[in-house]
Amino acid sequence: MTAADETPSLTRRSLFKGLGLLPLAAAVPGCSDPAAPQAGTATPAGDYKPTFFNATEWAFVVAACDRLIPADDVGPGAVESGVPEFLDRHMQTPYASGAIWYMQGPFLDAPAEFGYQGRLNLREILRVGIGAFDAHCRQAFDGKAFSALDHARQEDLLKAAEGGKLELEGISSKLFFSNFLGEVKNGYFADPKYGGNRGMGAWKMIGYPGMRADYIDWIGVRDKAYPLPPVDLSGKRG
Amino acid sequence: MATTKPKVDAVIVGLGWTGAILAKELTDAGLNVVALERGGDRDTQPDFAYPKVVDELEGSIHRRFLQSLAQETVTIRHALSDTAVPYRQMGSFKPGTGVGGAGSHWSGCHFRPLPEDMRLRSNVEQRYGRGFIPADMTIQDFPVSYEELEPHLDMFEKICGTSGKAGVIDGVVQEGGNPFEGSRSSEYPLPPNPNYLGAELFYKAAREMGWHPYPIPASNTSRSYVNPYGCQMGPCNACGFCSDYGCLNYSKASPNACVLPVVRRRPNFELRTHAQVLRVDLDNTRAKATGVTYLDAQGREVSQPADLVLLCAFSLYNVHLLLVSGIGTPYDPETNTGTIGRNYSYQNLNRVVLFFDKDVQANPFMGIGGAGTTMDDLNGNQLDNAKAGFVGGGLVWARQPGAGPVRGINVPTGTPNWGRDWKKAVADNFRHSFYYEVQGACMSYRQHYLSLDPTYRDAFGRPLLRMTFDWHPNEIRASQFFVDQALRMSKVLNPLSMAGDAKKDGEHYNVTKYQSTHTCGGAIMGEDPRTSALNRYLQSWDVPNVFVIGANAFPQNNGYNPTGLVGGLAYWAATAIREKYLADPGPLVDA
Repeated sequence: MTAADETPSLTRRSLFKGLGLLPLAAAVPGCSDPAAPQAGTATPAGDYKPTFFNATEWAFVVAACDRLIPADDVGPGAVESGVPEFLDRHMQTPYASGAIWYMQGPFLDAPAEFGYQGRLNLREILRVGIGAFDAHCRQAFDGKAFSALDHARQEDLLKAAEGGKLELEGISSKLFFSNFLGEVKNGYFADPKYGGNRGMGAWKMIGYPGMRADYIDWIGVRDKAYPLPPVDLSGKRG
Repeated sequence: MATTKPKVDAVIVGLGWTGAILAKELTDAGLNVVALERGGDRDTQPDFAYPKVVDELEGSIHRRFLQSLAQETVTIRHALSDTAVPYRQMGSFKPGTGVGGAGSHWSGCHFRPLPEDMRLRSNVEQRYGRGFIPADMTIQDFPVSYEELEPHLDMFEKICGTSGKAGVIDGVVQEGGNPFEGSRSSEYPLPPNPNYLGAELFYKAAREMGWHPYPIPASNTSRSYVNPYGCQMGPCNACGFCSDYGCLNYSKASPNACVLPVVRRRPNFELRTHAQVLRVDLDNTRAKATGVTYLDAQGREVSQPADLVLLCAFSLYNVHLLLVSGIGTPYDPETNTGTIGRNYSYQNLNRVVLFFDKDVQANPFMGIGGAGTTMDDLNGNQLDNAKAGFVGGGLVWARQPGAGPVRGINVPTGTPNWGRDWKKAVADNFRHSFYYEVQGACMSYRQHYLSLDPTYRDAFGRPLLRMTFDWHPNEIRASQFFVDQALRMSKVLNPLSMAGDAKKDGEHYNVTKYQSTHTCGGAIMGEDPRTSALNRYLQSWDVPNVFVIGANAFPQNNGYNPTGLVGGLAYWAATAIREKYLADPGPLVDA
């Protein structure tokens, strides 16, 4: 692996910004304005500054979150919910470094029924995948990063990745996509203390009472919707 | 080099259900007992305390109450000619670790076996003839009968505060219970839990099918309860955090809540956590265990001598310990000889999801782990296997252990996985769908077994356990049969749509999807030392001062959840040790 093993410090990241620290992206020319976001892309809530993702990666994360769970009248979008912040923080947990996965080799190809058999941990899957995805975009779309493409094209690319039809250097697009989407949904629906699900917006959207964990009085009620709003782990009411 | 601890009467490997029961019984008998648990200590307070315990990201993604596969896992392959690869991420089954083991993160379904399932091979041969059993099917009778086990099954229910309704007491059929069950000596300790919507509707649909629905016996207490050990349990509040989670409420039966409060304070009991047992040590005759060797929390090798060794780890790891310790002869599927690893089986689980209109309040976030409604009309002798075309029975049931959005939201077939349409579908369906499941038996076969992997190693340098398993046409036919029945039954309820996932012809075992933690067999009990690892008292045929207690002892798995039988077998083995073995240590059955 490359830079993925360790979270680069802010200084290191700033130092290498623009020089193409990620080798997959570095191979591609035309990085001058890699991440100028597409007009209309949501901007993250709050003033969170990423410490795992670099600026280029962050632009991808924000743009992809916005396409995977867009804001509409059904409920909040992933970006305004804080999912990018969730992802940045979650990638720095032991879980994302493969703490509960068996990570010893040899790493053999096996049918899909046997599950993931690669040597990248979760944070590496995301980092390598984002770099390769952006590199693909720059090559195919005149030096433009994913975040600079229009929404329809972004959605087409994500669909292609979902089906494993996007050819990426060094990583399966399907593997990257399924892990990225899984993490986006985790962030969207997990307790707000992890950075996403701001104001318990996702819980309100689906009618989940959150962490109330006490329903015996309502288990036999059939004719009325469960009436109480969600509470989160800190005891806040939504 | 290894430090050596003072010798004890008995050492217990693993402090889940069977370890806790054996610790209680053997300390009752006055033995000095040391329990070695590979994970940490855990108790309701502080480890399962609200609100921290009800955190979906921690519980169901980081899996803080389950085993980390980084230390120990298995490799899996479908066929003898394949190369096995590691089970790297948890999917199909979820072993526990730490004090309480899987007994702290189970749901609570607490069945007794049917009498006819305890003598499965004889029963199938008698009903359909020998030729009905496929040539590669290696099912056996349990070497103990339902009637012999009944007092021990009864005891385990009383320890757990199992909530249910008896169907047959002293041979007399009782209104509201399972009329097909083996006769019981007493009613359940507590009445059934209340029904959520899906469980209530199951009664209506099942009766229209002509079936006999009854409440699933659940070790989730429907009332306040004090068990025979004096452990206090509180009424379940339907919090919806059962499977994957420890119980915040002293309601779900667990070793932690129901047994260990008594054992922990005994002077003749010692618990050592973070004690990773590496092997059972044998003397030079290879027919006697001298104790076990483990790594302590600092990674130092420690030798614990003991007169009696009780393997009470998760079923797969019990088999692993036998193999790495060189106890008995490893099973060889080519020659059909050897015993350790033989007859690995699993559970045949499939699901049907029902989606309803917004005026149907299914509220899947509410949950009582084991509770719900099921029926036995297609299980045991109620099923005409000749007509159905497979061996083994099964259940259709309504259960709702509690759902949350991180654990996943069911959406109708055809819904995209992301974007606006996905969002609308999760918003529309979360509160208005529930599921029924079919849980079928899983037979054992000559080619399905456990062995040591030739390539992969665990964090302690030992070969990983290798599982060779796939879906046999018998189980695929059973899956199709039961899912079809469940779909027919569900249609009665007129849902907007249904999604059912019967196994397809030729479908292979998929380790990425959670199905069931009911991994069974591999060190089975039997009448014949040539085809079983353990005698009828779960005592090793080869090393008589080793007992191996768990679902590893099942010659095949029936349609029920295994924990009730596992607990009953633990009391059965404990009684044999106390009443027979201690008086005259040695083989309890002549080989």
